[in-house]
Amino acid sequence: MTLALEGIDVQLSGRRIVEDVSLEVPSADRLAVLGPSGAGKSTLLRVVAGLERPSAGRVLVDGRDVTRVPAHRRGIGLVFQEAALFPHRTVAENVGFGPKVAGLPRADREARVAEALELVGLAGTGERDVTTLSGGEAQRIALARALAPRPSILLLDEPLGALDGPLRLRLQEDLRALFERLALTVVHVTHDVGEAFALGDRVAILRAGRVAQTAAPDDLWAHPEDDWVARFLGMRNIRRDGDRATVVRPEAVRVQPGEGATVLACDRDGAVVRVRLRRDDGVELDALAVGVGAPALGSRVSVEVDPAGVVDVPVWRGPLDTAPDRE
Amino acid sequence: MDRHRRALSHAHGGRRHAARAATAGIPVAFLAVFFAWPLVAILRRSLVVDGSLDVPVDVLTASSTREIAWFTLWQATVSTALTLLAGLPLAWALARFSFRGRSVVEALVLVPFVLPTIVVATAFLALLPDGVERSVWAILLAHVFFNVAVVVRVVGAFWAGLDQRLWDAAATLGAGPVARSLRLTVPLLAPALAAAASIVFLFCFTSFGVIVVLGGIHYATLETEIYNQAARLFDLRTAAALALLQLAAVAAVVVVSGALERRLGGARRPGRPAPRPTGRRRVAVVTIVAVSLGLLSLPPLALVVRSLQVSGGYGLDHFAALFDATPALLVTPWHAVLNSLLFATTAAAIALAVGVPAAVSVARGSRGLDALLMLPLGASAAMLGFGFVLAFADPPLDLRSSIWIVPLAQALVATPFVVRSLAPALRARDPRLPEVAAVLGATPSQVRREIELPLLARPLAVAAGLAFAVALGEFGATVFVVRAEWPTLPVAIFRFLGRPGADNVGTAMALCVVLMALVTAAALVSQRAIGRASR
Repeated sequence: MTLALEGIDVQLSGRRIVEDVSLEVPSADRLAVLGPSGAGKSTLLRVVAGLERPSAGRVLVDGRDVTRVPAHRRGIGLVFQEAALFPHRTVAENVGFGPKVAGLPRADREARVAEALELVGLAGTGERDVTTLSGGEAQRIALARALAPRPSILLLDEPLGALDGPLRLRLQEDLRALFERLALTVVHVTHDVGEAFALGDRVAILRAGRVAQTAAPDDLWAHPEDDWVARFLGMRNIRRDGDRATVVRPEAVRVQPGEGATVLACDRDGAVVRVRLRRDDGVELDALAVGVGAPALGSRVSVEVDPAGVVDVPVWRGPLDTAPDRE
Repeated sequence: MDRHRRALSHAHGGRRHAARAATAGIPVAFLAVFFAWPLVAILRRSLVVDGSLDVPVDVLTASSTREIAWFTLWQATVSTALTLLAGLPLAWALARFSFRGRSVVEALVLVPFVLPTIVVATAFLALLPDGVERSVWAILLAHVFFNVAVVVRVVGAFWAGLDQRLWDAAATLGAGPVARSLRLTVPLLAPALAAAASIVFLFCFTSFGVIVVLGGIHYATLETEIYNQAARLFDLRTAAALALLQLAAVAAVVVVSGALERRLGGARRPGRPAPRPTGRRRVAVVTIVAVSLGLLSLPPLALVVRSLQVSGGYGLDHFAALFDATPALLVTPWHAVLNSLLFATTAAAIALAVGVPAAVSVARGSRGLDALLMLPLGASAAMLGFGFVLAFADPPLDLRSSIWIVPLAQALVATPFVVRSLAPALRARDPRLPEVAAVLGATPSQVRREIELPLLARPLAVAAGLAFAVALGEFGATVFVVRAEWPTLPVAIFRFLGRPGADNVGTAMALCVVLMALVTAAALVSQRAIGRASR
């Protein structure tokens, strides 16, 4: 099912949290809503789920206006950041809650529970007490619970936020496989760029309640809307000049032994090494090297910039002007 | 457009405000009629004569009043100090260490606090040797016995919540055990100590059952003297003047203790689980727990033993006597048991009907209602009873002969306990759970039935059990308002104790054992009955 938001505005205790947000998610497409904390991401998600009434704007599901339909009649699934499992019920009772309140007969309910647990890779855990689950398991059960009523639209609010390390990566891969298999329309909220890129066909960047840019991950990386977006995505080679800024993507900076610059820092992140350089003209640049054999700290290198990796963007002068440095 | 939006959000807020006002309305109305009105009646009786202001200066400045006020203050202060001394070692052992059976010890320590004051007083009569049994020592000891739980609970919970790593950090910074105690433990615990002390002081200041039983004719506090003047000497003017004094003193203590309690803040989480005690500490912990539990179990044990003691040995004669007619009461003692169960059930129902909406309002952050509801707790039982007698003697509300006056008075005393035990549970609710349920398709009524009620079943059962136990043991207010043909258990015990002869004392002891069993059963059932649903 397609989901569309039209001019959504939300005011909470006099403050405008979400301003004039319009988004469209085609059927079986996955949209990641990315933004710093406080940008209004969760509020937007609550509007879609029907937990928050917008002060203006419309929520459309397959073209039908559901803005005034209460949450329990929308048929939209939602997974919260910290699982939020019902502590007084077993795993099976948690997962079977949706089918139960929908009035499904017992046999059907049990089949749905088994199916949902199977989907998240936790078949056979139905009789467990939810308080004995690990963080990753709890999050999977929360996902199974949201899937059991077979929603056509699934919302996820920082679903991996409480997890870390390899567990996070694994669940991220599992989620992607699951979304493809079920052909779900997904809206997924996160503050993590990597997670947004991994799980979203398209990424909408939310800044102070407004959409700054919506694009596929590759397009977003290639053509950030303005210098704020570039910086938020993790780019650091940004030079402001009046109302324009020049952004040099780090992968466009090529480094070889030679003359012209000094290596200030080398930070390895897995296979990728982020190299910080100072050119002899005083300009500092980030470059990315891959594999082993990156230049040593303090060594002299030559720098070449691929013109295809240089983007000229407007300078963002609105709220959060200087905030989003992800260092 | 903007104006339209604002109007919309106002309409939204307006409905919510109306619902909130309705929730707060029930407890406020109840308190207005059954708490504020009796207080006004006391003020009127003490300050207004023939329509004009007339402060009863003679009563307030009489030397007997001064003596009583001094003794009230003195015994409360000394009782508080002794309770802190007795409770702190146990608080330390329970807060700082984990050991097998700790939760059992914690539960046992709370038992004295749940026991009715009249039972505690009678237990000390049974325990203490002749000559000491009706003395100031008996009063002080009974107060310590009754209130140790407060210290262990308030200070212990706070202590356990302090991050053990603070002490570790201090040690790595070079602070020895003494420096750690003086510079860390004492200042960190100060707010909890102050809060516990103020609560204990309030209970001892307004203590009624313990003083009337153990103080005999020699010792009187403001609280017992109100009863003495009003119910024995029928001097309502003096009683009202004393109640005025008591009201002022209690209000001051309530304000101070409320402020101290707020400084405590919410619950915290320990940095890491408490360690098992080792070496010298292990000896200390074992000794403290064993001695404390031993001392705390002595009075109830003495009570049971004395209830079984008959001339020339042991037997159930005193219990058998409960079914016989007696000159002490208009009915058999057994009827008092039934009356108590009936009244306490009704009172608990009223207390829940008032306390649940009140707790909802308090959990939503209504400070005013919170303070208002704690007033009956501090306002002292005898004063409430006296206020009831004055306020509900004439139309429009003449309840003197009504059977409802007893459960109403008991409910007033029990309601603060309901609110206090329920509000934290309500506050701790996860707001996302009803939302998750709604998103999964549950209608608002299904959300209430499937999620909110089951999650509150246990706190509600605990609150109900607590209200029932408090109402069952309520003495100070009940003794004012109860009619002679409907005695409750505590009143019956009091009547038997007031009569000479070993048999009457024996019957009182037997009744105390019955009351103690009922209260303990109520507490246990409310904690456990809700088996699976409360997991």
